[in-house]
Amino acid sequence: MLDLEIDGKTLQVAEGSTVIDAAHQAGIYIPHFCYHKKLSIAANCRMCLVQVEKAPKPLPACATPVTNGMKVFTHSDMAVKAQKGVMEFLLINHPLDCPICDQGGECQLQDLAVGYGDCKSRYQEEKRVVVNKDLGPLVSTDMTRCINCTRCVRFTQEIAGEMELGQAFRGDRAEIMPFIEKTVDSELSGNIIDLCPVGALTSKPFRFAARSWELARRQSVSPHDALGSNLIVQVKHDRVYRVLPYENEDINECWLSDKDRFSYEGLNSEERLTKPMIKQGGVWKEVEWNQALDYAAHALRDVAKEHGAAAVGALVSPHATLEEMYLAGRLMRGLGSRNIDFRLRQSDFSGHRAGVPWLGMRIAELNKLDRVLAVGAFLRKDQPLIAQRLRQAAKRGTQVSVIHSADDDLLMPLTGKLIAAPPQLPERLAQVAKAVADLKGAAFDMKVVVTPEARKIAESLVTGQNVAILLGNFAQQHAKAATINWLAQQLAEMLGCRFGFLGEAANSVGGYVADAIPDSEGLDAMRMLSEPRKAYLVHGAEPELDCADGQLALNALKQAASVVVLSPFKSAAALEYADAILPISPFTETSGTFVNAEGRVQSFQAVNRPLGEARPGWKVLRVLGNVLKLDGFDHDGSEAVREECLGGNGSGRPSLLDCLDNAISGVAVDLAAGSGQESQLQRVSDVPIHFADSLVRRAASLQRTRDAAAPTARMNAATLAKLGIAVGSPARVSRGGTPSILVAELDAGLADNCVRVAAAHAATTNLGAMTGAIKVEPA
Amino acid sequence: MALIEAINPLLTAGWTKGDAGWGIKDYEARGGYQALKRILAEKLTQDQVIAEVKTSVLRGRGGAGFPTGLKWSFMPKAAPEKYVVCNTDEGEPGTFKDRDILRYDPHSVIEGMIIAGYAVGAARGYNYIHGEIFEIYERFEQALAEARTAGYLGMNILGSGLDFDLFAHQGWGAYICGEESALLESIEGKKGQPRFKPPFPAQVGLFGKPTTINNTETFAAIPFVMRMGGSAYLDLGKPNNGGTKLFSVSGQVNKPGNYEVPMGTPFARLLEMAGGMRGGRKLKAVIPGGSSAPVLPADVIMECTLDYDSIAKAGSMLGSGAVIVMDETVCMVKALERLSYFYYEESCGQCTPCREGTGWLHKIVHRIEHGQGRPEDLDLLLDLGGNIAGRTICALGDAAVLPVQGMLKHFRSEFEYHIEHQRCLVPPDVQKAGSAFHTRMMAGAAC
Amino acid sequence: MLSQESLKRIDREVAKYPAGKQQSAVMAALRIAQEERGWLAGETIEFVAHYLGMPAIAAYEVASFYNMYDLQPVGKYKLTVCTNLPCALSGGVHAADYLKQKLGIDFNDTTPDGKFTLKEGECMGACGDAPVMLVNNIRMKSFMTPEEIEKLLAECK
Ligand SMILES: Cc1cc2nc3c(=O)[nH]c(=O)nc-3n(C[C@H](O)[C@H](O)[C@H](O)COP(=O)(O)O)c2cc1C
Ligand code: SF4
Ligand code: FES
Repeated sequence: MLDLEIDGKTLQVAEGSTVIDAAHQAGIYIPHFCYHKKLSIAANCRMCLVQVEKAPKPLPACATPVTNGMKVFTHSDMAVKAQKGVMEFLLINHPLDCPICDQGGECQLQDLAVGYGDCKSRYQEEKRVVVNKDLGPLVSTDMTRCINCTRCVRFTQEIAGEMELGQAFRGDRAEIMPFIEKTVDSELSGNIIDLCPVGALTSKPFRFAARSWELARRQSVSPHDALGSNLIVQVKHDRVYRVLPYENEDINECWLSDKDRFSYEGLNSEERLTKPMIKQGGVWKEVEWNQALDYAAHALRDVAKEHGAAAVGALVSPHATLEEMYLAGRLMRGLGSRNIDFRLRQSDFSGHRAGVPWLGMRIAELNKLDRVLAVGAFLRKDQPLIAQRLRQAAKRGTQVSVIHSADDDLLMPLTGKLIAAPPQLPERLAQVAKAVADLKGAAFDMKVVVTPEARKIAESLVTGQNVAILLGNFAQQHAKAATINWLAQQLAEMLGCRFGFLGEAANSVGGYVADAIPDSEGLDAMRMLSEPRKAYLVHGAEPELDCADGQLALNALKQAASVVVLSPFKSAAALEYADAILPISPFTETSGTFVNAEGRVQSFQAVNRPLGEARPGWKVLRVLGNVLKLDGFDHDGSEAVREECLGGNGSGRPSLLDCLDNAISGVAVDLAAGSGQESQLQRVSDVPIHFADSLVRRAASLQRTRDAAAPTARMNAATLAKLGIAVGSPARVSRGGTPSILVAELDAGLADNCVRVAAAHAATTNLGAMTGAIKVEPA
Repeated sequence: MALIEAINPLLTAGWTKGDAGWGIKDYEARGGYQALKRILAEKLTQDQVIAEVKTSVLRGRGGAGFPTGLKWSFMPKAAPEKYVVCNTDEGEPGTFKDRDILRYDPHSVIEGMIIAGYAVGAARGYNYIHGEIFEIYERFEQALAEARTAGYLGMNILGSGLDFDLFAHQGWGAYICGEESALLESIEGKKGQPRFKPPFPAQVGLFGKPTTINNTETFAAIPFVMRMGGSAYLDLGKPNNGGTKLFSVSGQVNKPGNYEVPMGTPFARLLEMAGGMRGGRKLKAVIPGGSSAPVLPADVIMECTLDYDSIAKAGSMLGSGAVIVMDETVCMVKALERLSYFYYEESCGQCTPCREGTGWLHKIVHRIEHGQGRPEDLDLLLDLGGNIAGRTICALGDAAVLPVQGMLKHFRSEFEYHIEHQRCLVPPDVQKAGSAFHTRMMAGAAC
Repeated sequence: MLSQESLKRIDREVAKYPAGKQQSAVMAALRIAQEERGWLAGETIEFVAHYLGMPAIAAYEVASFYNMYDLQPVGKYKLTVCTNLPCALSGGVHAADYLKQKLGIDFNDTTPDGKFTLKEGECMGACGDAPVMLVNNIRMKSFMTPEEIEKLLAECK
């Protein structure tokens, strides 16, 4: 520890601290622009100059290491003169256009200029003008306002992992820009808006929409990925205008993925439902709530009566709240049906789970891992901020290896990598397990041939102190998901390390906790569709896009006698298969709870009133329960539902933390099952980041990003050549039913005989299952 | 006959015109590589070599005059990967000595760098060569090839077990890369933006490894220091200012060129060697240490001797030893306007005071020169200078300010005249005649 | 995109740096690319960046920072005249004026026949030889009196 004195306050700081760290510790504010605690030190803005005893000139607090006995003066004449001098330089070429600047009211330059600027400018020369840059649909630029602090540049390099911005030219001609005609395409790009201390980078969707001080700030939780990023939702007149990160070091730190940040545009989508609707005689009409509820209750009850309760099934979105999931389960069981599931994209439900699958550790613990094996993970797009954490760890020396069917650039160094067609994935994992067993002298009696690359991964894993195996969405959605789970468990046991699931959605853990899963007598999501039911309750989901086999879902829903949909949105598909559509609130208009990947229970309140006649989903389900005269639907608030679900109030339910367990047993492991299919073309499907749920699908600006490009048929060069398809030419992709005509694209990272076709998009619904054999021909 | 006039020539003793004399054979014939051979044969320790350099009080010839032996001693002993870097990014206006060193005697720099590599325990070196002197870069590459063939570079040098290899890195037009940390960034394939110090290059240098950086002339002097011994070298100059130094004399003298003289030689003597004032005109002022050094009026400089201490006492700096001589045909406002433009043009753009301040300084001086000055401009210039100097990441900020301060200190009245009369004190035709472009024929100049 | 010859030259530059530090060769690679193509178009910079495994914008930072890279097409002969103070004292500015008049263009312009581009240079480290100028970045011409300038222009075919 080092002793120092700042402005007369004495304190102790850790070795290696800078003066600004120490000042923060002492609660002393030092003006700054380029400094940011999560970025490397640039020391270029010079706003943080302070006086240090014995130093002949002022020193930048952000870059000056504390030495023992140091005396720092942040407000001495020398310091203030230096700071004022810098402020003058920053302002001479600044347009001072605060009245028309979106940053107004939350601008560091504006704030500091009040304290350090002069009211009259001594600069009488012509001001510099910098041309704006097109950074894509999310970030708007006013580059003349830029103060060249390079925070945005450092963010792309250091946090997002790919240098998409640079500072070109030199001197006062220096300009922040992407490469010629390039945009910023990172899934984390919106963070540069927050980082920019001035109004040079602002939100394009928010541009000129409101002044920051007119907006109410409400805390919330992101409904998208399994991280549960903490949000500040900004609202005016019951409309969400902007979403910002709420800093939480344990979860999202100070970042947000673009999905979390910009999906709010979907809240105001034209497809929002504002009135309940029922279809009578093939014609849709808007009705009053009581009429709609009556209709829905009767529809479900009639089917249950006529065909038995097992003829009714519920498909619940994994993005639904804990309360909604719980009440949906209660409702089904009240009707006598045990068919409920939220694991819509899963296709393998075999084996016996010991408990609720989860990350296997705290999110913050990811930073401390020294070895990671990610299996079947589209890490960057599925969990962008977890990828970011691992990227920082990798920078510090953590060895990351992957087993996957795609080889997307994770923008971090990889130690080992096994890329194989989906059917071979379990075998690759078994290779690593076998190699680890060999290295450890442990028993692992599966017949696999260990390749050098598998051995390399094993060698990395066995030398770690803090190791984890992480199973991604692709692994969970895999046709042999249980086998992968079981192998990971074996591997983890041998290594004495943890393993866990990165988690598909905001409430993937919550769904288990809420019991939105079938018991041994009920049908899982896949079987509810492959063995069609007579009636369905669809909560928050768009099964044609959200299920493991969209076509199967569509067929099942279309043949049903009744489909009751609870959703914030209307869609052409639902209008076709449903007979009742009840408008429920998206996350901003309801209170609720998500349980994130690490098992953290995060409840939130509504940030504004529901749009039109939409109502919180939990309330709609509760009233449905009342209309159906079921017992125990008398909760007077979502808190009561949550308490009941989470085992409070002596409900007799076990506590959540005791339930978290990734173990699986009773899995029929057959590694050879995948062989013999090598000659067949195999589908690899990802769920693109901005197609993943009904809200983000309707976020207009996100839909204009590269990540939301229409699905293509991606193959490696050998596969393309074998099929005689040229890059860029149309390919006819089919799966028995209607084919899709997709543009063929080169993806050198795929294994031979693999075709990568994104799921969750209307253009590929007809291709059915996310995995399995597929046909591709020149179109 | 020696190529240039000199007093006690060491570095320039072997210089011969054109393509003769720079090759390895000639260098060896002049005693070249003897110092290296002796060090290897006698197995001098690293500390012994450094001690010798310390004794010589060889001060860095790049501008700051930092004692070279001391700098070498900062290199951590244990680090497995270290570098030696030579700074031939000679871009300080007025300085042109390093180009001639590499042109006429590249092996002296190579030998100096090998010895440095030996002393600090580095196995690899780079010479960063100013972009504009591509022909010199090509010659240096040839010299490197010669040295490699002769076994002075590479693995197991002269069978001694010492490994050291050396490469040339060509700049491409950025004065700032003369600043040592910008230079390192540039070798790493980035923009030449200086790094914040600490850490210093001796801790975190090229590719993040401990690095010693010296000027070309500094390295060129090393073989002589080692050959003649540190104290003999020191004795050539004066206390605290060891050895001889090259002075690049430019401007309005009859024979602009490089002159090697012992430290402490009177300025008047150097002026005489450079052939005196062109056209017999009167000396007005001298910038004694490259464009960043404050200007000194004739009477002051004529009293100075050429060493770090004397020039510092007179209120300027010896810097890189670039002596820019101006006669009475020069308009000081115009002179400063051009220098201020240079620093504005060359600012790397990284830190606020320099990026914004150098442009502002230039704009004001430009206005004054073009008859749009305001009385308050001169104090504004000084005040802005105060807000730039000492507040920046590297010394370019200071370098931009010092000429302004020097000019306003000694020639303020000329600036006031400009502001008041909206024109120059020196008539345009006199200025034109001063440059001698239209009158001077090829003859006259040195080399 | 670049000739085998240029790629070979770039490879030789890459070999000067420790393994994995091929970005160090970007300055040389851009110089070589510029020599072959005449100037550095975006696609040329991107190619070089790709070849060295670095982000395109990082290569662009370099290409736009050092002032001898040409981000716009230039004439067959690019003449860069040093006008800095030491040179100006011995005719640097006047030599530039002479060229401007002779070629009928200003700094940063190219003659209509595409033959000459004139640039203002900063200190070339050759102040003793003033006036000095560079031809196509690599050939330095010293003591450029009017006669020498005439000779140079005549040599430039
Ligand atoms: C703006 C600036 C430009 C510089 N240019 C040069 C240069 O061209 N050559 C040089 O040797 N040193 C130059 N220096 C000094 C170097 O940073 C460094 O001090 C020097 O190379 C050390 O070598 P020495 O100790 O042998 O003098 C410059 C410094 C600054 C701040
Ligand atoms: S002082 Fe100027 S040249 Fe030096 S780092 Fe700052 S901006 Fe760059
Ligand atoms: S915050 Fe320290 S220099 Fe910018």
